[in-house]
Amino acid sequence: MPCNNCLKKPVIKLTNSNVSLCKKHFIHYFEKKVKKTIRMFNLLEKGDKIGVALSGGKDSFTVLSILKQFSDKNVIQLEALAIDEGIKSYRELSNAEKFCKKNKIKLHILRYEDFFNYSLDKMVKKFRNKTPCSFCGVFRRYLLNHGSKKFKFDKLATGHNLDDESQSILMNQFRNNPEVSARLGPITGVMIDERFIRRIKPLYFVTEKETTAYSFIKGFPVEYSECPYASFGYRNSVRDMLNEFESKYPGTRHSIINSFIKILPSLKEQFKESKALSSCKLCGEPTSKETCQACEYIKELKN
Amino acid sequence: MPKVFIERENKHVEVKASTVKEILIKLKINPEVVIISKNNELVTEDAKVSETDEIKLLSVISGG
Repeated sequence: MPCNNCLKKPVIKLTNSNVSLCKKHFIHYFEKKVKKTIRMFNLLEKGDKIGVALSGGKDSFTVLSILKQFSDKNVIQLEALAIDEGIKSYRELSNAEKFCKKNKIKLHILRYEDFFNYSLDKMVKKFRNKTPCSFCGVFRRYLLNHGSKKFKFDKLATGHNLDDESQSILMNQFRNNPEVSARLGPITGVMIDERFIRRIKPLYFVTEKETTAYSFIKGFPVEYSECPYASFGYRNSVRDMLNEFESKYPGTRHSIINSFIKILPSLKEQFKESKALSSCKLCGEPTSKETCQACEYIKELKN
Repeated sequence: MPKVFIERENKHVEVKASTVKEILIKLKINPEVVIISKNNELVTEDAKVSETDEIKLLSVISGG
Protein backbone atom coordinates (compact mmCIF):
# COMPACT_ATOMS: atom_id res chain seq x y z
CA MET A 1 0.00 0.00 0.00
CA PRO A 2 1.61 3.33 -1.06
CA CYS A 3 1.69 6.59 0.94
CA ASN A 4 -1.87 7.84 1.41
CA ASN A 5 -0.81 11.37 0.47
CA CYS A 6 1.55 11.03 -2.49
CA LEU A 7 1.72 7.35 -3.59
CA LYS A 8 5.47 7.11 -2.75
CA LYS A 9 6.97 4.12 -0.94
CA PRO A 10 5.71 4.09 2.66
CA VAL A 11 8.00 3.92 5.70
CA ILE A 12 5.30 3.27 8.28
CA LYS A 13 1.74 2.08 8.62
CA LEU A 14 -0.09 3.80 11.48
CA THR A 15 -1.69 1.12 13.58
CA ASN A 16 -4.76 3.06 14.68
CA SER A 17 -5.88 4.41 11.33
CA ASN A 18 -4.66 2.03 8.61
CA VAL A 19 -2.82 4.94 6.99
CA SER A 20 0.57 4.41 5.32
CA LEU A 21 2.99 7.33 4.99
CA CYS A 22 6.21 8.01 3.10
CA LYS A 23 9.22 9.57 4.82
CA LYS A 24 8.28 13.17 4.06
CA HIS A 25 4.62 12.86 5.03
CA PHE A 26 5.42 10.84 8.14
CA ILE A 27 7.78 13.56 9.43
CA HIS A 28 5.09 16.15 8.71
CA TYR A 29 2.41 14.04 10.46
CA PHE A 30 4.64 13.38 13.51
CA GLU A 31 5.76 16.96 14.08
CA LYS A 32 2.26 18.29 13.51
CA LYS A 33 0.90 15.90 16.12
CA VAL A 34 3.53 16.85 18.71
CA LYS A 35 3.00 20.56 18.09
CA LYS A 36 -0.76 20.12 18.37
CA THR A 37 -0.25 18.46 21.79
CA ILE A 38 1.93 21.38 22.88
CA ARG A 39 -0.73 23.87 21.74
CA MET A 40 -3.79 22.03 23.07
CA PHE A 41 -2.40 21.57 26.56
CA ASN A 42 -0.41 24.83 26.75
CA LEU A 43 2.78 22.90 27.41
CA LEU A 44 4.89 25.88 26.41
CA GLU A 45 4.39 29.55 27.16
CA LYS A 46 6.32 32.30 25.48
CA GLY A 47 9.52 33.03 27.38
CA ASP A 48 9.55 29.72 29.24
CA LYS A 49 12.91 28.25 30.09
CA ILE A 50 12.49 24.57 29.28
CA GLY A 51 14.81 21.80 30.35
CA VAL A 52 14.74 18.50 28.49
CA ALA A 53 15.52 15.38 30.50
CA LEU A 54 18.09 13.83 28.17
CA SER A 55 18.96 10.16 28.51
CA GLY A 56 20.51 9.70 25.08
CA GLY A 57 17.62 7.51 23.94
CA LYS A 58 15.31 8.02 20.96
CA ASP A 59 12.50 9.67 22.94
CA SER A 60 14.57 12.36 24.61
CA PHE A 61 16.48 13.18 21.38
CA THR A 62 13.14 13.52 19.63
CA VAL A 63 11.74 15.90 22.26
CA LEU A 64 14.94 17.94 22.28
CA SER A 65 15.01 18.19 18.51
CA ILE A 66 11.38 19.29 18.18
CA LEU A 67 11.60 21.80 21.03
CA LYS A 68 14.72 23.19 19.35
CA GLN A 69 12.41 24.41 16.59
CA PHE A 70 10.62 26.55 19.22
CA SER A 71 13.85 27.90 20.68
CA ASP A 72 15.14 28.73 17.19
CA LYS A 73 12.07 30.96 16.83
CA ASN A 74 12.79 32.50 20.26
CA VAL A 75 9.53 31.21 21.71
CA ILE A 76 11.37 29.46 24.55
CA GLN A 77 14.84 29.06 26.01
CA LEU A 78 16.05 25.49 25.80
CA GLU A 79 18.60 23.53 27.84
CA ALA A 80 19.13 19.83 28.51
CA LEU A 81 19.63 17.95 31.76
CA ALA A 82 21.18 14.50 31.86
CA ILE A 83 21.57 12.26 34.87
CA ASP A 84 24.62 10.05 35.03
CA GLU A 85 23.76 7.22 37.39
CA GLY A 86 27.18 5.66 37.03
CA ILE A 87 26.37 2.38 35.30
CA LYS A 88 29.49 0.98 33.68
CA SER A 89 29.12 0.12 29.99
CA TYR A 90 25.49 1.35 29.89
CA ARG A 91 25.05 5.03 30.69
CA GLU A 92 26.95 6.60 27.88
CA LEU A 93 26.39 10.33 27.48
CA SER A 94 29.03 11.15 24.88
CA ASN A 95 26.43 11.06 22.07
CA ALA A 96 24.22 13.42 24.06
CA GLU A 97 27.17 15.75 24.59
CA LYS A 98 28.06 15.73 20.89
CA PHE A 99 24.43 16.28 19.87
CA CYS A 100 24.04 19.24 22.22
CA LYS A 101 27.34 20.75 21.16
CA LYS A 102 26.42 20.46 17.48
CA ASN A 103 22.98 21.96 18.07
CA LYS A 104 24.26 24.64 20.48
CA ILE A 105 22.14 23.45 23.38
CA LYS A 106 23.51 23.88 26.90
CA LEU A 107 23.77 20.49 28.59
CA HIS A 108 23.92 20.01 32.37
CA ILE A 109 25.04 16.64 33.70
CA LEU A 110 24.33 15.65 37.31
CA ARG A 111 26.04 12.56 38.65
CA TYR A 112 24.95 10.21 41.43
CA GLU A 113 28.57 9.95 42.50
CA ASP A 114 28.81 13.73 43.08
CA PHE A 115 25.50 14.04 44.92
CA PHE A 116 25.20 10.84 46.85
CA ASN A 117 28.88 9.80 46.99
CA TYR A 118 27.92 6.53 45.33
CA SER A 119 27.48 5.55 41.68
CA LEU A 120 24.58 3.19 40.96
CA ASP A 121 27.09 0.35 40.53
CA LYS A 122 28.28 0.98 44.10
CA MET A 123 24.74 1.44 45.45
CA VAL A 124 23.72 -1.93 44.06
CA LYS A 125 26.49 -3.58 46.07
CA LYS A 126 25.40 -1.73 49.21
CA PHE A 127 21.65 -2.33 48.79
CA ARG A 128 21.76 -6.04 48.09
CA ASN A 129 18.21 -6.65 49.29
CA LYS A 130 16.57 -3.95 47.14
CA THR A 131 15.56 -3.87 43.47
CA PRO A 132 17.91 -1.39 41.73
CA CYS A 133 15.02 0.31 39.86
CA SER A 134 13.31 1.18 43.16
CA PHE A 135 16.09 3.35 44.60
CA CYS A 136 17.50 4.42 41.23
CA GLY A 137 14.08 5.85 40.30
CA VAL A 138 13.90 7.82 43.56
CA PHE A 139 17.38 9.27 43.09
CA ARG A 140 16.82 10.07 39.40
CA ARG A 141 13.54 11.92 40.07
CA TYR A 142 15.22 13.71 42.97
CA LEU A 143 18.09 14.96 40.79
CA LEU A 144 15.78 15.91 37.91
CA ASN A 145 13.71 18.08 40.22
CA HIS A 146 16.78 19.43 42.04
CA GLY A 147 18.50 20.24 38.73
CA SER A 148 15.39 21.84 37.26
CA LYS A 149 15.21 24.22 40.22
CA LYS A 150 18.95 24.85 40.25
CA PHE A 151 19.01 25.76 36.56
CA LYS A 152 15.75 27.72 36.89
CA PHE A 153 13.69 25.71 34.42
CA ASP A 154 10.01 26.67 34.25
CA LYS A 155 9.18 23.15 33.10
CA LEU A 156 10.99 19.91 32.47
CA ALA A 157 10.15 18.08 29.22
CA THR A 158 10.37 14.30 29.21
CA GLY A 159 10.19 11.73 26.42
CA HIS A 160 7.14 9.84 27.72
CA ASN A 161 5.04 8.65 24.80
CA LEU A 162 1.58 7.18 24.28
CA ASP A 163 2.78 3.64 25.01
CA ASP A 164 4.41 4.63 28.33
CA GLU A 165 1.35 6.54 29.44
CA SER A 166 -1.21 3.90 28.48
CA GLN A 167 0.88 1.35 30.43
CA SER A 168 0.95 3.62 33.48
CA ILE A 169 -2.81 4.20 33.34
CA LEU A 170 -3.52 0.48 33.22
CA MET A 171 -0.97 -0.30 35.96
CA ASN A 172 -2.62 2.25 38.25
CA GLN A 173 -6.02 0.84 37.40
CA PHE A 174 -4.94 -2.73 38.11
CA ARG A 175 -3.36 -1.67 41.41
CA ASN A 176 -6.26 0.56 42.46
CA ASN A 177 -4.09 3.70 42.40
CA PRO A 178 -6.33 6.45 40.97
CA GLU A 179 -4.46 9.07 42.99
CA VAL A 180 -1.27 8.26 41.12
CA SER A 181 -3.14 8.46 37.82
CA ALA A 182 -4.32 11.96 38.78
CA ARG A 183 -0.68 13.09 38.52
CA LEU A 184 -0.37 11.80 34.95
CA GLY A 185 -1.37 13.60 31.74
CA PRO A 186 0.51 15.76 29.22
CA ILE A 187 1.44 18.13 32.06
CA THR A 188 1.99 16.48 35.41
CA GLY A 189 0.83 17.33 38.91
CA VAL A 190 -2.58 18.02 40.43
CA MET A 191 -1.77 21.52 41.61
CA ILE A 192 0.93 24.15 41.29
CA ASP A 193 3.64 23.63 43.89
CA GLU A 194 6.79 25.69 43.42
CA ARG A 195 8.88 22.95 45.03
CA PHE A 196 7.98 20.68 42.10
CA ILE A 197 9.00 21.71 38.61
CA ARG A 198 6.17 20.55 36.38
CA ARG A 199 6.91 17.92 33.76
CA ILE A 200 5.57 18.18 30.25
CA LYS A 201 5.22 15.33 27.77
CA PRO A 202 5.17 16.60 24.19
CA LEU A 203 5.16 13.00 22.85
CA TYR A 204 1.95 12.17 24.72
CA PHE A 205 -0.05 11.31 21.61
CA VAL A 206 2.62 9.61 19.50
CA THR A 207 3.45 5.94 19.85
CA GLU A 208 6.77 4.37 20.71
CA LYS A 209 6.91 2.89 17.22
CA GLU A 210 6.33 6.29 15.60
CA THR A 211 9.01 7.86 17.80
CA THR A 212 11.48 5.11 16.89
CA ALA A 213 10.76 5.66 13.19
CA TYR A 214 11.16 9.44 13.57
CA SER A 215 14.46 8.98 15.41
CA PHE A 216 15.72 6.55 12.74
CA ILE A 217 14.83 8.87 9.86
CA LYS A 218 16.39 11.87 11.62
CA GLY A 219 19.55 9.84 12.26
CA PHE A 220 19.75 10.55 16.00
CA PRO A 221 22.82 8.85 17.48
CA VAL A 222 20.91 6.19 19.42
CA GLU A 223 22.29 2.74 20.11
CA TYR A 224 20.19 -0.01 21.58
CA SER A 225 21.46 -1.23 24.89
CA GLU A 226 19.79 -2.75 27.90
CA CYS A 227 20.37 -1.52 31.44
CA PRO A 228 22.11 -4.36 33.32
CA TYR A 229 19.83 -3.74 36.31
CA ALA A 230 16.54 -3.47 34.40
CA SER A 231 13.83 -5.41 36.19
CA PHE A 232 10.51 -3.77 35.46
CA GLY A 233 8.54 -7.01 35.64
CA TYR A 234 5.07 -5.62 36.16
CA ARG A 235 5.39 -2.91 33.50
CA ASN A 236 6.82 -5.49 31.09
CA SER A 237 3.78 -7.72 31.55
CA VAL A 238 1.37 -4.83 30.99
CA ARG A 239 3.36 -3.67 27.96
CA ASP A 240 3.40 -7.13 26.38
CA MET A 241 -0.31 -7.55 27.01
CA LEU A 242 -1.07 -4.14 25.49
CA ASN A 243 1.11 -4.82 22.43
CA GLU A 244 -0.62 -8.14 21.95
CA PHE A 245 -4.00 -6.46 22.26
CA GLU A 246 -2.98 -3.65 19.93
CA SER A 247 -2.04 -6.07 17.15
CA LYS A 248 -5.40 -7.84 17.51
CA TYR A 249 -7.48 -4.71 18.09
CA PRO A 250 -5.71 -1.73 16.51
CA GLY A 251 -6.35 1.55 18.29
CA THR A 252 -6.54 0.09 21.81
CA ARG A 253 -3.78 2.30 23.25
CA HIS A 254 -5.21 5.43 21.64
CA SER A 255 -8.60 4.61 23.16
CA ILE A 256 -7.06 4.23 26.62
CA ILE A 257 -5.38 7.63 26.30
CA ASN A 258 -8.38 9.39 24.79
CA SER A 259 -10.79 8.14 27.45
CA PHE A 260 -8.26 8.94 30.19
CA ILE A 261 -7.91 12.52 28.94
CA LYS A 262 -11.69 12.92 29.30
CA ILE A 263 -11.72 11.88 32.96
CA LEU A 264 -8.40 13.46 33.95
CA PRO A 265 -9.83 16.89 34.95
CA SER A 266 -12.23 15.27 37.41
CA LEU A 267 -9.47 13.00 38.75
CA LYS A 268 -7.23 16.02 39.35
CA GLU A 269 -10.09 17.86 41.04
CA GLN A 270 -10.87 14.89 43.27
CA PHE A 271 -7.30 14.46 44.49
CA LYS A 272 -6.37 18.14 44.62
CA GLU A 273 -6.16 18.44 48.37
CA SER A 274 -5.96 14.85 49.43
CA LYS A 275 -2.30 14.97 50.33
CA ALA A 276 -0.75 18.26 51.41
CA LEU A 277 2.99 17.75 51.15
CA SER A 278 5.44 18.99 53.74
CA SER A 279 9.12 19.73 53.14
CA CYS A 280 11.81 17.20 53.92
CA LYS A 281 13.56 18.26 57.15
CA LEU A 282 16.94 17.35 55.65
CA CYS A 283 16.87 18.65 52.10
CA GLY A 284 13.66 20.68 51.75
CA GLU A 285 12.26 18.63 48.86
CA PRO A 286 8.51 17.96 49.04
CA THR A 287 7.52 14.76 50.82
CA SER A 288 4.54 13.14 52.52
CA LYS A 289 6.75 12.08 55.45
CA GLU A 290 9.23 13.91 57.71
CA THR A 291 12.16 13.04 55.49
CA CYS A 292 11.96 12.28 51.78
CA GLN A 293 12.69 8.83 50.38
CA ALA A 294 15.96 9.98 48.78
CA CYS A 295 17.28 11.21 52.18
CA GLU A 296 16.15 7.94 53.77
CA TYR A 297 18.19 6.02 51.22
CA ILE A 298 21.18 8.35 51.68
CA LYS A 299 21.06 7.64 55.42
CA GLU A 300 21.10 3.92 54.68
CA LEU A 301 24.03 4.34 52.32
CA LYS A 302 26.05 6.05 55.06
CA ASN A 303 25.41 3.28 57.57
CA MET B 1 17.45 -16.32 1.94
CA PRO B 2 17.42 -12.71 3.19
CA LYS B 3 19.64 -11.99 6.18
CA VAL B 4 17.77 -10.63 9.16
CA PHE B 5 19.36 -8.81 12.09
CA ILE B 6 17.32 -8.87 15.30
CA GLU B 7 18.57 -5.87 17.25
CA ARG B 8 17.10 -6.77 20.64
CA GLU B 9 18.80 -10.15 20.63
CA ASN B 10 21.86 -8.84 18.81
CA LYS B 11 21.86 -11.77 16.38
CA HIS B 12 21.65 -12.51 12.66
CA VAL B 13 19.36 -15.17 11.22
CA GLU B 14 18.37 -16.28 7.73
CA VAL B 15 14.67 -16.58 7.04
CA LYS B 16 13.00 -17.99 3.96
CA ALA B 17 10.36 -15.37 3.13
CA SER B 18 9.17 -13.12 0.32
CA THR B 19 7.77 -10.28 2.45
CA VAL B 20 8.64 -8.60 5.73
CA LYS B 21 5.32 -9.75 7.12
CA GLU B 22 6.30 -13.37 6.51
CA ILE B 23 9.61 -12.81 8.30
CA LEU B 24 7.83 -11.45 11.36
CA ILE B 25 5.37 -14.33 11.40
CA LYS B 26 8.13 -16.91 11.08
CA LEU B 27 10.18 -15.28 13.85
CA LYS B 28 7.03 -14.81 15.97
CA ILE B 29 7.73 -11.09 16.38
CA ASN B 30 4.82 -8.75 17.06
CA PRO B 31 4.97 -5.95 14.45
CA GLU B 32 4.10 -3.51 17.25
CA VAL B 33 7.53 -3.91 18.84
CA VAL B 34 9.81 -3.31 15.86
CA ILE B 35 10.44 -0.97 12.99
CA ILE B 36 11.91 -2.58 9.90
CA SER B 37 14.75 -1.40 7.73
CA LYS B 38 15.56 -2.92 4.34
CA ASN B 39 19.01 -1.99 3.10
CA ASN B 40 18.98 0.85 5.65
CA GLU B 41 15.66 2.35 4.49
CA LEU B 42 12.52 2.06 6.59
CA VAL B 43 9.82 -0.13 5.09
CA THR B 44 6.40 -1.44 6.13
CA GLU B 45 5.38 -5.05 6.64
CA ASP B 46 4.05 -5.22 3.08
CA ALA B 47 7.54 -4.72 1.60
CA LYS B 48 8.86 -7.53 -0.59
CA VAL B 49 12.25 -9.01 0.25
CA SER B 50 14.80 -10.79 -1.92
CA GLU B 51 17.84 -13.00 -1.31
CA THR B 52 20.30 -10.11 -1.25
CA ASP B 53 18.35 -7.77 1.02
CA GLU B 54 19.64 -6.89 4.46
CA ILE B 55 16.75 -6.66 6.86
CA LYS B 56 17.02 -5.16 10.35
CA LEU B 57 14.35 -5.50 12.99
CA LEU B 58 14.93 -2.52 15.26
CA SER B 59 13.44 -2.63 18.73
CA VAL B 60 10.99 0.14 19.61
CA ILE B 61 11.29 -0.72 23.30
CA SER B 62 14.01 1.07 25.21
CA GLY B 63 16.41 -0.89 27.32
CA GLY B 64 15.63 0.53 30.73
